[in-house]
Amino acid sequence: MSVLVNKNTKVLVQGFTGKNGTFHSEQALAYGTKVVGGVTPGKGGMTHLGLPVFNTMREAVDQTKADASVIYVPAPFVLDSIVEAVDAGVKLIVCITEGVPTLDMLKVKRYVENSGSLLIGPNCPGIITPDECKIGIMPGHIHLKGKIGIVSRSGTLTYEAVAQTTKLGLGQSTCIGIGGDPIPGMSHVDTLALFQNDPETQAIIMIGEIGGTAEEEAAEFVKSNVTKPVVGYIAGVTAPKGKRMGHAGAIISGGKGTAEEKFAAFEKAGITYTRSPAELGSTMYNLLKSKNML
Amino acid sequence: MNLHEYQAKELLTKYGLKIQSGIIANTSEEAGDAFERLGGKFAVIKAQVHAGGRGKAGGVKVVKSREEAIEVAKNLIGTQLVTYQTDTHGQPVNSVYVCEDVYPVTRELYLGAVIDRSSRRVTFMASTEGGVEIEKVAHETPEKIFKVVVDPLVGLQPCHAREVGFKLGLSNEQIGQFVKIMTGSYKAFVENDFALFEVNPLAIRENGDLVCVDAKINLDSNALYRHPNLLALRDKSQEDKRELKASEFELNYVALEGNIGCMVNGAGLAMATMDIIKLYGGQPANFLDVGGGATKERVIEAFKIILADTSVKAILINIFGGIVRCDMIAEAIIAAVNEVNVTVPVVVRLEGNNAELGAKILTDSGLKLIPANGLSDAAKKVVETLKK
Repeated sequence: MSVLVNKNTKVLVQGFTGKNGTFHSEQALAYGTKVVGGVTPGKGGMTHLGLPVFNTMREAVDQTKADASVIYVPAPFVLDSIVEAVDAGVKLIVCITEGVPTLDMLKVKRYVENSGSLLIGPNCPGIITPDECKIGIMPGHIHLKGKIGIVSRSGTLTYEAVAQTTKLGLGQSTCIGIGGDPIPGMSHVDTLALFQNDPETQAIIMIGEIGGTAEEEAAEFVKSNVTKPVVGYIAGVTAPKGKRMGHAGAIISGGKGTAEEKFAAFEKAGITYTRSPAELGSTMYNLLKSKNML
Repeated sequence: MNLHEYQAKELLTKYGLKIQSGIIANTSEEAGDAFERLGGKFAVIKAQVHAGGRGKAGGVKVVKSREEAIEVAKNLIGTQLVTYQTDTHGQPVNSVYVCEDVYPVTRELYLGAVIDRSSRRVTFMASTEGGVEIEKVAHETPEKIFKVVVDPLVGLQPCHAREVGFKLGLSNEQIGQFVKIMTGSYKAFVENDFALFEVNPLAIRENGDLVCVDAKINLDSNALYRHPNLLALRDKSQEDKRELKASEFELNYVALEGNIGCMVNGAGLAMATMDIIKLYGGQPANFLDVGGGATKERVIEAFKIILADTSVKAILINIFGGIVRCDMIAEAIIAAVNEVNVTVPVVVRLEGNNAELGAKILTDSGLKLIPANGLSDAAKKVVETLKK
């Protein structure tokens, strides 16, 4: 099992022949991901990294029967690329690109809703099921096949949680970086629902940050729908109000979206949390130990 | 990116909004001329800064003569305006907006729009309580705010605007004007990639006409590539100098009040690093994300920006080398320390690819670098350096 992606997932790369597409496809192939080809308009018929290049997503999906696509195209072309992937019937679309206009994402969300496709990102590291399938820019070697599902808005904090759970031997079932934008594809809640239903995931680390109310909504969801142990963390306790902290979505606006409000929501929902980013793994380890789940 | 009031109003005029007329003046003499061109009886002079709360801070004044207009403009232009929304240094006033005096008015309404993250829609808000902060109204009398959540498929239609207009208690004639203002605002919002839009107050004049007295527009920075005309309106004098400098090198930097400088890869980890410094009793001096590729050039620039803050007494470098090798990062750090004169203690935590080799390179360099093993150790060590 695992969530969304596994060893059978066939992946197409949108923006395949570009610098990022090439580099990260090489890494994904080396990890063992079933990359089956890619799309670069005008370069159809070529071979890149030993794989076929197509002109359109529809053609690519028809010929490769791909289940997933990963998007590395520059931000101005992301809306176009996501629509193309949805139209081609791709089940899982992972958008790595940073800097997508928010109004484009409003349209994307409207288009993806009820389309049968799921979107992860943009502005995210991607998704990985260790030893099976790596879609995105995360370093594969820090992962260990295991039992913790990880969801985070931040790439490097996901790696932090991965490295810590790997060191403690807990490992990861699937890790999903949902991205740092104000309007992401899948939300914390969407991924929590998947982890709850995945037999391989025994517990969940949920990493949030300042801005918006996604973590508050996730806390509510955990309270009523998640029976598996959850460890929460929020970055940005020391962030000043009204300043964008790197991520487009990491901003306390109108006094709303502070880390303290989010920790309070965790507290209220009875979620175990840590205030130290160095203790994501150990907090989980101790929680599982207390439940005899190690 | 923020627009000045006069820029926002010029943009909204193109969308058919009825705006309080005004003339921008860069000198006190120009302000005097503008006063006469507006009729020479009454005018309101408004300091143009990227901050709210100008009125209470003395940045908005009514004048009754050319001489008074010149005097007020002279006292504003070239100064720093400190409002409750600025820091203690305030924002520089480079120009004033000389506007027609629309007062007295019979009512002050509020009209605003944002991209609501929960509903993932452009959401309009209108209120009978204009002229005050909308956050205050939302907190104290939420029933006085009327919302419209706009479906991007059809956009904001006149029916939505009419409904709000009736709730605001407008007359039939005013409803027509209001619909024009609201639908025009939506069009302006989506065509120009606004992130936030506010007309506050939207006043009703004694003759019953609606007029936009103040306007605030915040643009989505990610979308500026498709609006070169708006990008040209950027006023860098209103932005933090160091943040501006950092952005030239594609570094994300935000200044804070503490004394421990931070250099981190990744926005989330950068915030987390600030938090853990605080957790161990220290005070972070800044947020700084050097991005994925922590090259020598970027690390050098990052050092320069961090050290430009004289309150920095120690630096914590926290790099999670995912795909980039830590030994390469270690060499970049050494090269940067050699090039930039770094005299404060620097604690370095390298994790990930070739981390041990990276730590060894740092130790062997003979430089005053303190390697740390893990995030907690790094935070502990950097806080300890300040106690010595």
